[in-house]
Amino acid sequence: MIPANFAYHSPSTVQEAVALLAELGDEARALAGGHSLIPMMKLRLSAPEALVDLSRIAALKGVREEGAEIVIGAMTTQHQLLQDPILAAKLPLIPETSAVIADPQIRYRGTLGGNVANGDPGNDMPAVMMTLDATYVLAGPNGERSVQAREFYQGAYFTAAEDGEILTTVRVPTPPAGAGFAYEKLKRKVGDYATAAAAVQLTMSAGTVATITIGLTNVSETPLLAEDAMAILAGSRLEPEIVDRAVKAAEAITNPASDGRGPAEYRTAMAGVMLRRALARAAARAQG
Amino acid sequence: MSKVHIELTVNGKTHEALVEPRTLLIHYLREDLGLTGAHIGCETGHCGACTVDIDGMSVKSCTMFAAQANGADILTIEGVAAPDGTLHALQEGFREMHGLQCGYCTPGMIVRAHRLLQENPRPTEAEIRAGISGNLCRCTGYQNIVKSIQYAAAKLAGEPFKEAAE
Repeated sequence: MIPANFAYHSPSTVQEAVALLAELGDEARALAGGHSLIPMMKLRLSAPEALVDLSRIAALKGVREEGAEIVIGAMTTQHQLLQDPILAAKLPLIPETSAVIADPQIRYRGTLGGNVANGDPGNDMPAVMMTLDATYVLAGPNGERSVQAREFYQGAYFTAAEDGEILTTVRVPTPPAGAGFAYEKLKRKVGDYATAAAAVQLTMSAGTVATITIGLTNVSETPLLAEDAMAILAGSRLEPEIVDRAVKAAEAITNPASDGRGPAEYRTAMAGVMLRRALARAAARAQG
Repeated sequence: MSKVHIELTVNGKTHEALVEPRTLLIHYLREDLGLTGAHIGCETGHCGACTVDIDGMSVKSCTMFAAQANGADILTIEGVAAPDGTLHALQEGFREMHGLQCGYCTPGMIVRAHRLLQENPRPTEAEIRAGISGNLCRCTGYQNIVKSIQYAAAKLAGEPFKEAAE
């Protein structure tokens, strides 16, 4: 399988990359780790006339703390997220998610930015970023702007990014110390997309849920923020009947396809099971 | 489309070339350099038969353009044995523990395991299985591949290899 030909550009700054995309127009694509785009190009489902490879832009790599936020360059790979000491200490939901994405080889190349920006509902990081209330920084011909992860996903492969814009940075509010977290993913095999998956972050205060956010992966056209379930659980002591109600509320917003991963009803039920497991694990990890 | 100039090191040797941007790294290695050890299996990024080591990372070379490897230091299965032909501990392990049947996945398995053992010299069985989870074998059921890697890990650590009881 050989892709259609294209012109290859390898800029070393964001400004250069943005200028190239503006000059090359609609038929150019930004290339991150390539593990979504290159397979599509080999199948000729995608045939861009030009690729702008972002991998030589040093400014797009790495993890740092800035005030109350953890700032991650879009070209940071899943493998680097797994190894990063700041994330391990302060934002372990991210490496926990990276660990269940694809396989070791793909994690060396696949990037956070690629995972969140291409709008594939099968990707795991988008629901996690909605759970963490992350902000995406986009650079385009008209400068920089920020979009909340919760506002970014509009449909399968449709996002708030405009043509010619590059996702440069993901900014995540540092969770409060003692926050519990979990990402639970059901998949058929290593490397598969989720049949269903759930992300939870919560804080507890004297046995009561003080704050909670919940994201769901691959059970709709976009990642989902399970707001009704969050409202039901906030202030509760995670009593079984309240968890049951919250799980029902989360299941109610799913709309999965029936596909090789199972019929829609099954995938909805598995979203509920993943949510129960993630809630239990996040609560067990929370301090307070 | 204009060709791209690349310069890279493969198994210690420097190469320069002009490649079409769409040339996949696996095709460059096999067809231009004649290094046919890395195999083309599924061509979709699943099977790992095309795995090579690039700047300290295991990479599926069917899912990367040669142009992206400009400046890279690459190790393929051809570069794993010592220059005098002495087998690497992993190659010896695969021979001694019957880690292959048809052999199609073996170059990818060995190159991947090579990186795994650099990162984690004494992996548990579970860590080995997770570490090679991007490489498919349709013959062995993985049992003897795991043993082969355990054999190599022990040998590289200078310890005797003890097969786990079954």
